[in-house]
Amino acid sequence: MIRDNFRILQVNLATGRGNVVTLEGRDSVVGGSGLAALLFSKYGLPDKPWDDPDQPLIFAIGPLTGYFPLMSKTVCAFKSPYHDQYAESHAGGRSALALRFADLDALVITGKAAKPSCIAVASQNLVIKELPFVWGKDVFESGRMLRGLVKRGSGHRTIMRIGPAGENGFAMAAINADTYRHFGRLGGGAVMGRKNLKAILIEGDASFSLPDSKEYPKVFQETYTKVTGKDMMKYHDIGTPINMAVLNETKMLPIRNLQRTTDPAMSNISGEKFADDVLLRNAACAGCPVGCIHIGFVRERYTKEHRYIYRQVSYDHEPIFAVGAMLSVTNPFHVLAIIDISEKVGLDVMSAGVALAWATEATEKGIISEKETIVPLSFGDTEGYKQAMDHLGRGTNEFYTLLAQGTLRAAEHYGGKEYACVLGQEMAGYATGEVYFTSQALGFRHSHLDSGGYSFDQKEKGKDVPKAVDFLVKDEQGRALLTSMVACLFARGVYTDEMLIACLKAVGYGSIADNLGAVGRNIQQLRWKMRLATGYVPENVAMPKRFYEVTTAKGPVDPAYLAGLTAEYAKAIRKLGSDS
Amino acid sequence: MKILTTPRMERCIGCHSCSFACARLIHKNLSWDTAGIRIGSSGGLSTGFVARTCVACDPAPCAEACPTGAYSQRKDGGVIVRKNLCIRCGKCAKACPVDAIYLDQTGDPFVCIHCGRCVPFCPHDCLELREIVRGRSAKSNVREERGAI
Repeated sequence: MIRDNFRILQVNLATGRGNVVTLEGRDSVVGGSGLAALLFSKYGLPDKPWDDPDQPLIFAIGPLTGYFPLMSKTVCAFKSPYHDQYAESHAGGRSALALRFADLDALVITGKAAKPSCIAVASQNLVIKELPFVWGKDVFESGRMLRGLVKRGSGHRTIMRIGPAGENGFAMAAINADTYRHFGRLGGGAVMGRKNLKAILIEGDASFSLPDSKEYPKVFQETYTKVTGKDMMKYHDIGTPINMAVLNETKMLPIRNLQRTTDPAMSNISGEKFADDVLLRNAACAGCPVGCIHIGFVRERYTKEHRYIYRQVSYDHEPIFAVGAMLSVTNPFHVLAIIDISEKVGLDVMSAGVALAWATEATEKGIISEKETIVPLSFGDTEGYKQAMDHLGRGTNEFYTLLAQGTLRAAEHYGGKEYACVLGQEMAGYATGEVYFTSQALGFRHSHLDSGGYSFDQKEKGKDVPKAVDFLVKDEQGRALLTSMVACLFARGVYTDEMLIACLKAVGYGSIADNLGAVGRNIQQLRWKMRLATGYVPENVAMPKRFYEVTTAKGPVDPAYLAGLTAEYAKAIRKLGSDS
Repeated sequence: MKILTTPRMERCIGCHSCSFACARLIHKNLSWDTAGIRIGSSGGLSTGFVARTCVACDPAPCAEACPTGAYSQRKDGGVIVRKNLCIRCGKCAKACPVDAIYLDQTGDPFVCIHCGRCVPFCPHDCLELREIVRGRSAKSNVREERGAI
């Protein structure tokens, strides 16, 4: 619904009651990332630890959600178990549209339930239901049980749930959204787990009148034509894994715990190979005709006779990088089989894959052994990694429990920090060079999506620190604005400032449209303020030695350039967080 | 006479663009419910998607169940709805054998009028407006039905 204020549902798990809150601030924070930061400033406890029962878990959508295609993401915000600071994680699926049609701009969950519970929300419904019998179940089984337990809303609802990793409070625990999407990074799953919250079901059952505007139909058609046009083809054809071959060719693909950046064997797990050999079908987030979700299959023979089980597993560039390239597993079916276990136990597959890559090198170097890893780990050994992934999600022993809290935590205990591929959190699948490493290591979400640092590395030939830092700051601002709308970042080429202004005006948000630059800057600053208020010290971010040993097509990483970038970007972040 | 058919639902990716198009263009709503076609999963997303839409019954049980004449039989299948005659009793939705009629929170019914305006919004060609010949009449009458809503 188009409205000047935000309509928030705050649910307190301790009291079992909800509270509808009307909040001002649409013109200054828009929604999504901006709204989440505003809500954290209202409900968050910067000085209390991440697992304090009163810390909020926030889900926020944007003003254009549902009104235009690909405005289909939800921002989840919380104090992260990974670094005990303010964090965001984003996902799609049906989550955004379900919130829109539940007539909410955000859902804020505080308190801790006395027993394992789920929350069911709709436009005319709020139920907090105890379900201790679902606790302990993996993500797949939980989904099946929840669909049976809560029958209403099928097809028009989101089911967000955690697996054993979240129940265990691991920093690598994801929130699974609608089977194939994830609030994967920075441990949102652990926040749910600590709240005794197994699942959140949101049914979108309201409808709204369209804005009385002659422009709206025209602008909608323009955006729809663009998002279904040629420029978006790369996302629905091969999908994001198209990057695998490109990065491998340019010596920018992290392989074998970043011991190398290119390897002929990677041609076996290119996006093209996945599309030809294991792709079963595509799916879409609700409200997105692109359909970038690529779903492959795994088949396992479980008796001597020909008896099989099969499962459908979604894949993207990042999971393939994390459990394929980083573990030197070069068979697409094997890659999917490892992703599948990660899904089951509810881990962030990117962090988990990179953690297991570190554990494998640590094993090679004799720092750890099977005493810690239970199963032998060696690069390319799928069966070992499948078992290790399960141990990691379930925290089978002290080693896996520590590793699931972050690779650096384990490395601090066992040694091997110099080859822990951590840039704020476990690295993403780009070894493009100094600007990207700086961007992920210091960036707000420690994500490859914070800004286009990888793109800057690929396109720029010089080593101009001020120019690079200026790019990171400005690009982050643009992306923070988009994730406040909340657009899928794949549509960033479509939703230019000009297009956003047209969209906002067409539905009646003219004042945001008239101040787009100032609003973006305000959101960027507010997010950094929340991050710094919760203890972030950008000057202290360490870059493990392995990143200085990387060689790309542009040559070896330049330590002086990298040091200059991190120092200057830290200053820029300080400035962003202190400006008002 | 043409009717909306869903011959290639195996291709459906669950984007709901068809529902949104119907709600937007025909009913002037932002909704995935108040539409003549609604998409659901058939028991979790791993099992694919199903479309709930009018299958153009002739005679139509919903028209027979309607006590006020708001629903009347459309030639060659489906119904014509005159909302000004509707008392929001919901009997049409109960009578529909395929759950194709949606009642909003006020009891207002929404059913497909077989206009085909959702068809171009499907990115994978799942939907098709097909000529249907029952008896001798096969004349397209799309404009009349659209005006009747």
